[in-house]
Amino acid sequence: MTLLQVEALDVRHGLLQAVRQVSFELGEGETLALVGANGAGKTTLLRALAGAHRPAGGRILFDGEDITAVPAHRRVRRGIALVPEGRRLFPGLTVEENLRVAAGAGRTGPWNVESVVAAFPILAPLLGQRAASLSGGEQQATAIGRALMTNPRLLLLDEVSLGLAPVAVAGVYRSLATLIEGGATIVLVEQDLARGMAVASRLACMLEGRIVLAGAAGELSREQVTEAYFGLGKAASA
Amino acid sequence: MTWVAAVVHGILLGGVYALLATGLSLMFGVMRIINLAHGSLALVGAYMAFLLVDHLGISTYLSLAVVLPGALVVGYALQVTMLERSLRAGELVPLLTTFGLLIVIANLLQYFFSSDVHSLPAGRIGPASWHVSSAVTIPWFDALTLGLAIFVLGLLEFLLRRTQLGRELRATAEDADTAELVGVDARRVYARATAIAVATAALAGVFYAMRSSFDPSAGPAELIYAFEAVVIGGMGSLWGTLAGGIVLGIAQNVGTEINTEYFALSGHVVFLAILVCRAALGSGRVRLRLPRGAVS
Amino acid sequence: MTGQTLAAPPSAARVERWTLVSALFTGALVAVVGLLALAPLALGENTLNNLIQLFFLVVLAVMWNALAGYGGLVSVGQQAFIGVGAYATVFLSVQHSLNPYLSMLLATLIGGAIALPIGLIVLWLRAGGFAIGTWVFAEAIAILVSLDPNPAIGGGTGTSALLPFNLRYDPTQRLHYTYWAALGAAAVLLAVLFLLLRSRLGASLQAIRDDEDAAASVGVRVLLGKGVLYVFAGAGCAAAGAIILAWQLSILPLGPDSIFGVNWSAKMIFMVLVGGLGTFEGPIVGAVCLYLLQTYLPGSIANGVWYFVLLGGIAIGFALWVPRGIWGTVVDRYGLRLLPVGYRLRTERRTT
Repeated sequence: MTLLQVEALDVRHGLLQAVRQVSFELGEGETLALVGANGAGKTTLLRALAGAHRPAGGRILFDGEDITAVPAHRRVRRGIALVPEGRRLFPGLTVEENLRVAAGAGRTGPWNVESVVAAFPILAPLLGQRAASLSGGEQQATAIGRALMTNPRLLLLDEVSLGLAPVAVAGVYRSLATLIEGGATIVLVEQDLARGMAVASRLACMLEGRIVLAGAAGELSREQVTEAYFGLGKAASA
Repeated sequence: MTWVAAVVHGILLGGVYALLATGLSLMFGVMRIINLAHGSLALVGAYMAFLLVDHLGISTYLSLAVVLPGALVVGYALQVTMLERSLRAGELVPLLTTFGLLIVIANLLQYFFSSDVHSLPAGRIGPASWHVSSAVTIPWFDALTLGLAIFVLGLLEFLLRRTQLGRELRATAEDADTAELVGVDARRVYARATAIAVATAALAGVFYAMRSSFDPSAGPAELIYAFEAVVIGGMGSLWGTLAGGIVLGIAQNVGTEINTEYFALSGHVVFLAILVCRAALGSGRVRLRLPRGAVS
Repeated sequence: MTGQTLAAPPSAARVERWTLVSALFTGALVAVVGLLALAPLALGENTLNNLIQLFFLVVLAVMWNALAGYGGLVSVGQQAFIGVGAYATVFLSVQHSLNPYLSMLLATLIGGAIALPIGLIVLWLRAGGFAIGTWVFAEAIAILVSLDPNPAIGGGTGTSALLPFNLRYDPTQRLHYTYWAALGAAAVLLAVLFLLLRSRLGASLQAIRDDEDAAASVGVRVLLGKGVLYVFAGAGCAAAGAIILAWQLSILPLGPDSIFGVNWSAKMIFMVLVGGLGTFEGPIVGAVCLYLLQTYLPGSIANGVWYFVLLGGIAIGFALWVPRGIWGTVVDRYGLRLLPVGYRLRTERRTT
């Protein structure tokens, strides 16, 4: 069942056209890895899906309904949650408060403080600690947990491995794998191609605001993706 | 009055100022707005209470049952109509619009109530006081006000630390964008903050009016006292605001001991002295030469 | 690899400061000032009195706009300098028997001098703090003046400059000289501001307005820029205060009509918001608007409390819905720039 439909989306970032005519569909339970170099427009696209950026043109349909004009906090109520680039935790709030503040979204589901801690055990001793004093990996776990507290149907993850030690990244991806196994629908922006392709069922590559390559993760070769990533070969003329 | 009595009275006066300053502090903490009409709104609360007391003959305390909910509504409405637009329009605009509001309120009050000086009855406890020593008497009313200020501050602290609204308020204050991304409606959060701020202002205004007389021109004075209390106590801390209010109260009362005309001036002097200290310390060195490329 | 530096392509762009329109307009402005200077020969007493009022309103509006529009500093305390200018004039001419017009000039300088220590204290504060901090200074100075035992200052009941003027001039002379003083002050202050904005200070102020931190990081001396503006505005408001004193002769330190009253700030903010914040010509337009309002509103409204309710309401309305003011909106619509304060980049069209 199609959960997310994006049609000809145009998003500006200041004076720059960051997303050009992007269209794709995502079915329930699928994981889409969105890859591309810096500045390709991935973060802007994700933020537009979450409602933090108003598109200049095109449509976003969630569960069949047009949500293009719906503000961010209402999209959370409908079931879209974003884990922003750089985590963006509330520094003065404790881990538990960071989690609880997201619980006001009003959606029912399996996620609460206890289940989040079960999924990310490193958070267990940190609940009373201020978010500003956490390590990178701990912050990432909190950020993902915070998004999960809203019991989302669609989870958007922006560069979860950025700035993290390899051990921490591995931990994050183990948790992700568990979520995916559980049937979550995920859009994952990832600069680390290997990681992205390993967990995803679908892959799309962005270059200068456009999707230049898309398909099932298993069917695309590393070479194809690398070419598209750097804008070489056939994709360059797009 | 002796000096000790002056200090004691100053501490008690600090309660009123702390109460006045709380709303100002809250709005600044959450929205980075200094509401220049804050004192005027406190005064409107006093005048509303006055109308009820004068026309219905009820006690001032009972009138609060109407004034406080009314203030909540006024604050909410103020945010969603004027202040929200001001926030979006630019950094300086909230100052300009709240200043305009101050002028409008001051003159409307002047129109409807003329320059007559009024006072609100403090009820039976008004004249009662403890005789702690031969020189020091503590009026019950002043003690009540200080107690109320501490209670309200405690309540607000509880609200901020332990309720969902409090968490949303603090999260929105730190990062409004991300708050929206986790489902917090920033508009509603701001409106509720303003509602609470105006309600505490109205409460403070009523108590201020019970301990001293008021007329339409009192708004700016109340704003200045509230702001001085916030700055002296250090912006951003609720209990600091209480401390600031107390220091201001003491300064004013001690100044009055020196010369009865020095009441407000002493407060201004202490406030400005603290500013000078902060400026000197802030620049890292006390020199006349302006630091190169310093950002204020 | 050859060690040659790349030759820069021949410049295809010129930076211009004057356009034909702005040159014409500046010329016209100078001519208008000249004409106005001749006015006492032709116009009657009433008109001259009204024009004096217009001139000091222009000065006040231009000063407030200099602070807020060019410096990003919202001051609600400029009335401190208005009062200082007025009282200094009285003090010098009554106490020290100086010529009242000389006193007015000295009062202007005193205003600027006082602005220096005050500025050192308040310029550290951020927006809201700066606004109230300046107001506290105004209140404190007002109280100090009202407590001053010096009979020339007059304490709480206020004072008057009637004596020093009447000793030297008859009423017509006073009117004419005050008129020229007011016109001169307005013209000189506008010229000084114009030159300030065209200088490096102007460019750094624009940078500060756009992004203070970025400006500081490229070496713009933020505090110095703001300080210069604050001293200039202090002197300008003191000049206005001196003119107001010469015009109305008696002043009060406290109360709603006080020379230190916050109502002056209300008028300044009204003029600048209505005229156009951040434009050079805007405050002049705003001053004219306030002047017209004051002169042609029926007396019952103009002197009552509804006057300020109206001013406040209009100011709020403009702040929210017409943020660029009348003149700013005109500038945006027609790309008009009458006084050459900015830069234009002229590029030649190349045909390839």
